[in-house]
Amino acid sequence: MAELIKFTIDNQDCLAEKGLYIVEAAAKNNIYIPTLCNIPGVKPRGACRICSVRVNGKLMSACTTPIADNMKIENNTPEIVEMRKIILETLFVSGNHFCPACERSGSCDLQALAYRFGILNQRFPYQFPSKSIDASHPKIMKDHDRCILCKRCIRGIKTEDGKSFFAYKKRGQTLEISIDTELTSQLTDELAIKAANLCPVGAILLKERGYNIPIGKRQYDLTPIGNEIDHLEK
Amino acid sequence: MSKPIIATTSLAGCFGCHMSILDIDERILDLIELVEFNKSPIDDIKTFTKKCDIGIIEGGCCNSENIHVLKTFRENCKILISLGECARTGGLPAMRNNKVTVKECLEEAYLNCVTVDDNPDNIIPNDEELPFILDKVYPCHEIVKIDYFLPGCAPRADLIWNALVALITGKPMDLPYEVVKYD
Repeated sequence: MAELIKFTIDNQDCLAEKGLYIVEAAAKNNIYIPTLCNIPGVKPRGACRICSVRVNGKLMSACTTPIADNMKIENNTPEIVEMRKIILETLFVSGNHFCPACERSGSCDLQALAYRFGILNQRFPYQFPSKSIDASHPKIMKDHDRCILCKRCIRGIKTEDGKSFFAYKKRGQTLEISIDTELTSQLTDELAIKAANLCPVGAILLKERGYNIPIGKRQYDLTPIGNEIDHLEK
Repeated sequence: MSKPIIATTSLAGCFGCHMSILDIDERILDLIELVEFNKSPIDDIKTFTKKCDIGIIEGGCCNSENIHVLKTFRENCKILISLGECARTGGLPAMRNNKVTVKECLEEAYLNCVTVDDNPDNIIPNDEELPFILDKVYPCHEIVKIDYFLPGCAPRADLIWNALVALITGKPMDLPYEVVKYD
């Protein structure tokens, strides 16, 4: 049996196996730490910072930091909650997140986190960016104004020999996701569905799908994100 | 004590939020007991006849008339509520922001759109009586101070009811998970 490590989250004693990241170790103790860029089973990147916690007083991303003995982790404190709200609001204003016009609405991780944190409005001015919509691929379309640059598609969608289908192009404010032009023909239906599901927002959508789940039956309509971990609502 | 007075308006919206107000069903009878309505499409009072306590704004600002009405509401209401996605974020009308110019919008609407079939002189309405279209669609809180925000497209009737009752009675607002939605 793997070695067990003792640590505390918000002064609650926790136990988890050595080698787990804080996010995973917290989940084993029924504590939810929100994530956006993290994919279970794939090497974490710490791109979105929504999982930031205070570890022994220092801010660290919980998806990339392995647990260690006697770690004192602050997760659900007013300061951390406020910081997470600010990150979410920043993501909302920096893209064009018109939820009523998005096929992903109701099953969107970004939206679900905003619901969970009770965000009623953004405190920052809307940027209304004007990036392109790329519908050239036969199976998927990309709306770059919705992309939160979490790298989930880059890290999660790969060929059998480990090459990424997706990559970043351009720099800074114009940074966007592109599909490898040589690999693009190898994107199977299965991988296209996986890419659309992996995208935490509506930036990668399957073509010829549309609004296929009625309102009220979508993933986060009645159940908050993370509910399977901390049972916030019954 | 006299009843609190409510005013409502629809700016660059679709009246869906007002439909959602009516969607409180028979509770509208309770609402009438609790409040008095002033300027509102619900009672068709066109101008403010007295100072109001609560102003409910549907829709963002897409033209100069919207700005004028919104400022009138701010002057005449103690509390302003942005109701729905358009008031809160600009909403679907704001999808033109930074994407197409006002000129392109008007040309599409009056000249190029496939449903335009009776405009032989290629006229784009330009009478001085008409409000100016703004460079982009603005959320209400970027024009005046807004006190509360109720999201949704349209906001759930229960959310509107809970918010109004909390505001009128001074009790904490009940916000169940399933009523706060952005769509």
